[in-house]
Amino acid sequence: MLSYSIKRLLMLVPVLLGMTIIVFSIIHAIPGNPAQTILGTKATPEAIHHLNASLGLDKPLYVQYFTYLKDVLTGNLGTSIQDNNAIASEIWPHLAATIELSFAAMLIAVIIGVNAGIISAWKKNSVVDYIAMIVALIGVSMPIFWLGLLEQWIFSVKLNWLPSIGQTDITSTVAPITNLYLVDTLLEGQFGQFWMVVRHLIMPAVALATIPMAIIARMTRSSMLEVLGSDYIRTAKAKGQRMGWIVYKYALKNAFIPILTVIGLQTGLMLGGAILTETIFGWPGIGLYVYNAIQARDYPVIQSGILIIAFMFIMVNFIVDLLYGLIDPRIKYR
Amino acid sequence: MSESLQDSAKLSPEKERSLFVQGLIDFWKQFRKNKPAIVGFLIVLFFILIAIFAKQIAPQGINDQNIAIRLQPPSAKHLLGTDDFGRDILSRIVFGAQLSLRVGFFAVIGSIIVGTFFGVIAGYFGKLIDTVISRFFDILLAFPSILLSIAIVTILGPSLNNALVAIAIVNVPVFGRLVRSRVLTVKEEEYIMAARSIGMGNTRIIMKHILPNSFAPIIVQGTLNIATAILDAAGLGFLGMGAQPPQPEWGTMLSESRQYITNAPWTVIFPGLAIILVVIGFNLMGDGLRDALDPRMKN
Repeated sequence: MLSYSIKRLLMLVPVLLGMTIIVFSIIHAIPGNPAQTILGTKATPEAIHHLNASLGLDKPLYVQYFTYLKDVLTGNLGTSIQDNNAIASEIWPHLAATIELSFAAMLIAVIIGVNAGIISAWKKNSVVDYIAMIVALIGVSMPIFWLGLLEQWIFSVKLNWLPSIGQTDITSTVAPITNLYLVDTLLEGQFGQFWMVVRHLIMPAVALATIPMAIIARMTRSSMLEVLGSDYIRTAKAKGQRMGWIVYKYALKNAFIPILTVIGLQTGLMLGGAILTETIFGWPGIGLYVYNAIQARDYPVIQSGILIIAFMFIMVNFIVDLLYGLIDPRIKYR
Repeated sequence: MSESLQDSAKLSPEKERSLFVQGLIDFWKQFRKNKPAIVGFLIVLFFILIAIFAKQIAPQGINDQNIAIRLQPPSAKHLLGTDDFGRDILSRIVFGAQLSLRVGFFAVIGSIIVGTFFGVIAGYFGKLIDTVISRFFDILLAFPSILLSIAIVTILGPSLNNALVAIAIVNVPVFGRLVRSRVLTVKEEEYIMAARSIGMGNTRIIMKHILPNSFAPIIVQGTLNIATAILDAAGLGFLGMGAQPPQPEWGTMLSESRQYITNAPWTVIFPGLAIILVVIGFNLMGDGLRDALDPRMKN
């Protein structure tokens, strides 16, 4: 297991390097002089010259890349053009907000998706199965930004149940400890504030959860159908065990490998989908951070944001890979 | 000697054609048994017809503005209402079908061509070239698709065509890997060895045997990817990185009208429904094609 983990970790190195090359290339692939791109069309030649020198843009490309790589490895993600802050110092609160949102969304997606899939497989070809699968089909086919807008319209504007935007009420601030607001409010024992954060979290989390939920439900159904047809399940049935027990205790465990793969892949899609969701709900995560940077042509922030999201995606799938063995001991690591 | 062997192994053109027709008939028999797939097929056909005959179908032009009738609810005159410029939403959705289908089809066809090219090379020749290409696919797949599209559009500049190119690039490794794995299986088959032993060259083996054998999974994956390509294009349009106003791309329409959702919800609801419907169509059709063409891909 340990040697497999190390081998798998080493295999990540070329992918991570390739990722940095692509992200590094963004600014250089834009037609024209990078300094001009960063400063905009109205920049004076002196300003361009100054930026060229200070960012090392006048050096050969490979030198620039290695400088960039060294910076990234030492935690220096560059400086935001908009506010001149070090990106590394301002990125964590955004990242924390996205982690909180994605985690909540994944929780919703897994709980509802897995159970819907199980019930669909269990009651195959029943009305429940058809309804669940039609809902799942609509779920994978729906643009999440559209769902987000409808949620806001129905639950905020019409019913006035939930706040439509932001991570907290404007009047109320959460003193950041970890920047994960749900955790921070609990640590401080502020249960009223905790509830306020939850209320802000519900709509974006549901919007973000929709596609993964639908995909997980479909995957669980097909994976469960396969397992439910196997001999040991028939034996368990013949022994007179309750169906609910058989399904959740025996079948789910064996059906879980493909489900886990889907969960891993969906987490990545979720990190991408966060850009759309966060934009609609004004959720101050890394997606909104990148979106605002795109609007402001703040290329260093765009680069670092994309790098961080892609890095998280790779790490999630790495962890999922390692989890296989824990769930299914028959999987041998080589 | 090898030429005459190859010739004797050849099927006559008539025989080849009748085999092909028989294959199509078998496929159709399988496919039509699948009711949801037929529904999907009809939905897709419906949107294709709408896109082709948009000029004849649309009651008004795409950009016929009339501020006097802005943000009007659905009525007999404007079946889906009007937007903030008084433009007929139905007409814009009808013309929008052209844009969405164009992005879906061409992005996927582009990624199929490029992906197949690299997939075949990687799978057939193996060794270092395979390692290099496969690692490159891994790197592209390491980015969430919409994020990589955004990065590419950032470089190329926001427009519908650049969104198309970005979506195509993002999908290249999907088809590349698919074809590569298919080639790896097929190239070990005995008939490939036989073809090689009678002196068939690499190019001919690839064109005659390997590619036709990868056809089914490509069609299936392609259909499903059209659905995601349309969704991604709408997402990029919504973020202002795809089609630009006043183009009636559905995602762009949503982005333009989102501020009117409170007093004119129809401006948001109908373009979204159009996206859902066409995407459902491609998803159902893709699932049906998979069941009929490539049972092994069934989960």
